[in-house]
Amino acid sequence: METKGSIPLHGEADIVMCRQTVRKLAQEMKFSLVDQTKMITAASELSRNTVVYGGGGHMRWEIQTEGIRNALRLWFEDKGPGIPDVEKALTDGWTSGKGMGIGLSGSKRLVNDFAISTVVGQGTSVMIARWK
Amino acid sequence: MTEGQQRIPILRMGKCLLVTIQVDLQDQTALALQDDLSAKIDQVGASGVIIDISALEIVDSFIGRMLAGISGIASVLGATTVVVGMQPAVAITLVELGLSLQGVKTALNVERGMQILAGTIDEVDTSGD
Repeated sequence: METKGSIPLHGEADIVMCRQTVRKLAQEMKFSLVDQTKMITAASELSRNTVVYGGGGHMRWEIQTEGIRNALRLWFEDKGPGIPDVEKALTDGWTSGKGMGIGLSGSKRLVNDFAISTVVGQGTSVMIARWK
Repeated sequence: MTEGQQRIPILRMGKCLLVTIQVDLQDQTALALQDDLSAKIDQVGASGVIIDISALEIVDSFIGRMLAGISGIASVLGATTVVVGMQPAVAITLVELGLSLQGVKTALNVERGMQILAGTIDEVDTSGD
């Protein structure tokens, strides 16, 4: 089983491909159906952010082992405009205008680990992970 | 596959429209469905719409917004929408994501959905008397 990889995120078809990739990985790692669904949903939200707001980028994935525990860790990276106010972007209801404003904050609730780093004018990277 | 070319079929049963989503939805496909359904409701004078999402493995905020959108548009056009067949894992995830699907009627399966529609149609009939 491969333990790391990367897929491009440039168009809408890539969002579907991203969901399918995460589903396959979560199934291989024998996540419960609810955990699979949460991880795929979070990946769907974040990959759409990368495509729509970040102007495209990629998703890196890695299966990590710590003792008897495994984690599926995903990074969504773009070289887009960045997010000026991250704190605000992480509150429910904040939206740049096109969505419902729950993409980032909602995804954070669906996973065990969440981190975001963003620089205005340089891009955004969002990391999520779920442990098994 | 060209983006935006994929279309979800809409079946007509009397005054009801039935949509079964069987594919992993691209955003454009979801938007096209919203347009197609609005046109179809108007065209056939539909009073009810059932959207079967039992084959959907996830509902994210985009699809959620589409479902709420269809429901709202249909309501303005005089039709009731019922979303049926949501998988339990999808429901759990939706709630944690923070999507409330406000204003969207839901039912466990198509049969219950039809009952809800029959009920609302009856209600409209009696109140109209």
